[in-house]
Amino acid sequence: MSDKKELQVAALKNGTVIDHIPSDRLFTVVSLLDLKHMDTNITIGNNFESKKLGKKGIIKIADRFFTDEEISKLSVVAPNVKLNIIRDYEVVEKKQVVMPDELKGIVKCNNPKCITNNEPMQTWFHVIDKEKGLLKCHYCEKEQLKDNIKLL
Amino acid sequence: MKTVNMENRSLVTIANHSKERILYLLEMAKEFEKKPNRRLLAEKVVATLFFEPSTRTRLSFETAANRLGARVIGFTDPKVTSSSKGETLKDTIMMVSNYADIIVMRHYLEGAARYASEIAPVPIVNAGDGANQHPSQTMLDLYSIYKTQGTLENLNIYLVGDLKYGRTVHSLLMAMRHFNPTFHFIAPTELKMPEEYKLYCKEHSIKYIEHTDFTEDTIADADILYMTRVQRERFTDLMEYERVKDTYILNSRMLEKTRPNLRILHPLPRVNEITYDVDESPKAYYFQQAQNGLYAREAILCDVLGITLDEVRADTNR
Repeated sequence: MSDKKELQVAALKNGTVIDHIPSDRLFTVVSLLDLKHMDTNITIGNNFESKKLGKKGIIKIADRFFTDEEISKLSVVAPNVKLNIIRDYEVVEKKQVVMPDELKGIVKCNNPKCITNNEPMQTWFHVIDKEKGLLKCHYCEKEQLKDNIKLL
Repeated sequence: MKTVNMENRSLVTIANHSKERILYLLEMAKEFEKKPNRRLLAEKVVATLFFEPSTRTRLSFETAANRLGARVIGFTDPKVTSSSKGETLKDTIMMVSNYADIIVMRHYLEGAARYASEIAPVPIVNAGDGANQHPSQTMLDLYSIYKTQGTLENLNIYLVGDLKYGRTVHSLLMAMRHFNPTFHFIAPTELKMPEEYKLYCKEHSIKYIEHTDFTEDTIADADILYMTRVQRERFTDLMEYERVKDTYILNSRMLEKTRPNLRILHPLPRVNEITYDVDESPKAYYFQQAQNGLYAREAILCDVLGITLDEVRADTNR
């Protein structure tokens, strides 16, 4: 099944496989997880065929297990990604990305008159509605949909 | 980086204030109306930082500080400060925190006061941040309603004019949620109450009725008539502006059928939306409303510095 496809890339003994990443979001995910600064084996594949997405990306990271907080960042760009936790070549746990209650320093406020767009400071959003992806800026208090906002 | 702001008493918004908290501050304002001149802030320095000009608000805050015995420092025009040289808000706030016990700030950017309250070691009072919040205006509006009607409960409140961009009407609407009001929104279609506030009303079981006409019959049951200015620059369709511009003007003839307890409020400045013959009516209240701003702001300054209502009541020094 899908395990076979993953094996097309490389088998992983221990670590995390992030699957079902929309192809156009792959490198955003790479940057959000700060893979640039990891020194374990990382395999990044893109434009694999996917029944659901058309094309998808996969990332395999050896010997690295993410906290829920770390992966919650992905909810903004790729809410449907799946994480497989691998130990000794077996999938021991599957995780889905859950939208956190707050987003700090991940997305940019849409309001040009917001203080966060004019001062060197971190952005901060409260998630009002996880299903709709409705966010409210902690500072200017403007509500905005996550699909309309840009990553920092 | 963590600041020493152990108990942040800043006033950024009153949108989340409880009913008790609002009534508490109104009681304190009432004490200051009885006796405005006190020495409660005698050893204090109040900074008023106006990153955009607002003469009315600044004079009111500075008068409040002076009547409480504080000394006032600050600027009224950021062109003369380091902000114009590119200094960040943070640096300005940290610098002024070294000098003042409290910072009253007005800023053209939204969220500026919230941010300042998170970094400053002294309390911040928001005197308006862009189109976002202006809590001292809301407090004086509430105080004016409370004082003229004897209660905030079960009132018919008519909001007239620019309900789309009018920050004061939005804040008032939210603050009144505790008091079972019935709102009437009277506005041209282009400037009607935004959906998010109508949704807010539904979520908080606030009754409201929308009108586009503004006649003596529409306002016959009003307890409070809150007028705002319909500004030409708010219209995308200038034909529409020309058509409606004289519709939302209050004149004394329209007051004939109104209730005796009706009071007319306006955040000021007025241009032509209330004709001058209304000024003679005992129902005109907008100048006293501005005066109430002084008492509301005295209460705010004391509250953010941790001075309680009991302490204000116990204060007998001249």
